[in-house]
Amino acid sequence: MKIKNIIITFVSAIAILFSTSVVSLAKVVGDKIILGAAISLTGKYSSNGVHTQNGYNMAVDRINDMGGIKVGGKTYKFDIIYYDDESNPKRAAQLAERLISQDGVEFMLGPYSSGLTKAIAPVTEKYGVPMVEANGASRSLFTKGYKYLFAVLAPANLYLDVAIETAVELNGGKGVRIAQAFEQDAFSQDVRLGILDAAERTGSKIIIDDKLPKELNDMAATLAKVKAVKPDVLVVSGHTKGALTAIRQIAEMKVDVPMLAMTHCDAAKLSKQHGKNSQYALCASQWHKTLTYKDDFFKDGMTYAADFEKLFGYDPPYQSAESSAALLVFKDAFERANSFDQKKVRDALADTNMQTFYGNIKFAEGGQNVDKPMVLFQVMCDDAGKCENKVVAPLKWASAELIHPIPKWSER
Amino acid sequence: MLTLQAVLDGLLLGILFALIAYGMALQWGVMNIINIAQGDLVILGGYIAYFMYLYGIHPAWGVIVSPIIMYFVGVIIYKLVINKVVDRDLFISILATFGISILFMQLMNFAFGADVVLANSGYGTTMLFDNSVTLPNSKIFSAFISIVFAIGLVIYMKKSKLGRAIRATAQNARAAKILGVDTEKVYAATFGINAALCGVAGALISITFTIHPYMGLPYTIRSFMIVIVAGLGNLPGVAMSGMGLGVFEEFADYILGTEFRIGSVFLLLVLILVYRRFKLSKKREYLK
Repeated sequence: MKIKNIIITFVSAIAILFSTSVVSLAKVVGDKIILGAAISLTGKYSSNGVHTQNGYNMAVDRINDMGGIKVGGKTYKFDIIYYDDESNPKRAAQLAERLISQDGVEFMLGPYSSGLTKAIAPVTEKYGVPMVEANGASRSLFTKGYKYLFAVLAPANLYLDVAIETAVELNGGKGVRIAQAFEQDAFSQDVRLGILDAAERTGSKIIIDDKLPKELNDMAATLAKVKAVKPDVLVVSGHTKGALTAIRQIAEMKVDVPMLAMTHCDAAKLSKQHGKNSQYALCASQWHKTLTYKDDFFKDGMTYAADFEKLFGYDPPYQSAESSAALLVFKDAFERANSFDQKKVRDALADTNMQTFYGNIKFAEGGQNVDKPMVLFQVMCDDAGKCENKVVAPLKWASAELIHPIPKWSER
Repeated sequence: MLTLQAVLDGLLLGILFALIAYGMALQWGVMNIINIAQGDLVILGGYIAYFMYLYGIHPAWGVIVSPIIMYFVGVIIYKLVINKVVDRDLFISILATFGISILFMQLMNFAFGADVVLANSGYGTTMLFDNSVTLPNSKIFSAFISIVFAIGLVIYMKKSKLGRAIRATAQNARAAKILGVDTEKVYAATFGINAALCGVAGALISITFTIHPYMGLPYTIRSFMIVIVAGLGNLPGVAMSGMGLGVFEEFADYILGTEFRIGSVFLLLVLILVYRRFKLSKKREYLK
């Protein structure tokens, strides 16, 4: 009995010691700035969660290798504590709480997706922990008056704005007829709001406005309507499932539209999964490797893509690029604040005005990046059936000319 | 033309759903088990076809390979879990299969990744009336295969020894046991046949739609509704209600808009249940 008591005391002593040592391990320890992140490593967002984590890790290594972060005359290095949020918003909020109150993290990186960022933001806000996020684009994140939330990406309502404007321009400045189908989730509905704004601005008319249910992967009814009313532009947004379903059924039903604009084409690996059927689709993207933005760490998009591929064995999707950019923003803010005081770092973040390989970064009052336009690329295939994404708008970065209108199926 | 397109789309979709519901009706009738993991078995079947496609085999062969593999998956699930809940309360079986469903989702996510995938059949499109009505050949193929399997199953249930044993067990398990039917074997086979049907449907879904580890539940719900509408043990009814629901859904989509598609199906379900209750209560009064 006595021995048992001794063992219990011993084990609890170690446990207490361990838990206190975890707390003291956090925030800035020695020459390390410790950031916290809840990432979807399992569950339905795990693919993009891994892209996000790879982006973070690559930037951490690069910044550390290139001299680290200089604050108060001393050099520091980045380190990240990761937890798996299982693609579950509730779990993400719990983990944020744990990172802050238990692990003592004072600076956070964002999770993947708007939904999870929405779950975490109230927690970081409550504790006054600055969070730079790279994968939550929903407009509602930036209208809540959060003071500690900064997003390096353009908000969701700007995703397909450019497509409508381009269509109007090609129509001689006259409004166009738009058919749209959006999934009923926060992100897609924000993209929809953006289209509504653009339509109003350009005098365009929305003739089909379908909301796709989350659980269904059949768009035949919407597409049959599109065939009947012949709009000038068809806009679809429903994550990877929406993009894949739309392309499959448009090809099967031989739906002819002059312009097809969508989101999530690269996450869906459209050109790989559908080959030539995906040709001419216009896709909204936060970033593309051919853009000519520059910085000192990754040089430019092409170099970033090549380095990324060397490390992880695949071409970086924009989710990775924007995640890497988040670390560059943090480094810049720490150095300008020249302090680890959360308020000072927050103020420095708010004053950010920089260029990274990913794009210009400047935060508006709500925390969204207002200095980086979305780009549109078009899937273009050669005769052998090899398809590539080429930037076609805005014109400043275009590497190919937009093919418009899309040739009819009978002529392909 | 739009009407014809809606009817045909609905029918082709409904036939595929009816196949999944067929399996559910079978095991519900025989074993009194509502299988929440039904949709996950479908998705697993889809992944078998998808992997064949990845390795250069035409995914249509999945229609043969997938049910064979899934039959054994079904039997294994039966031996491990279902045989412990088969005589118990319906609620226990729902809980158990709900657990299996979560386990399958996570395992598939772990093994195959969280990307949405599909298999291309390259079947092309049938165009009618000067391209105003289009029918993807993959959907026609799906419907055809579903009908073949459904008819095959009905004949098998009528003619074969095991089929007769299954029907006997469904009518009265105890009596069947006394008369020498090995009900344990019958249950295992029933669950296996259900899983095999899910395998066929999954292979067809991978070539007509898309698959994803977490996409199973809508298929479970849809087949559940089809069985409820048709009534238990009514196999031709399952086919009819599957097609009916498919067409109803398409029309709801056209007339009310896509956002009311699923809602209208649920509304129909409620109306049918209320109507049934109403009819039953009338009967009761008559008997008094």
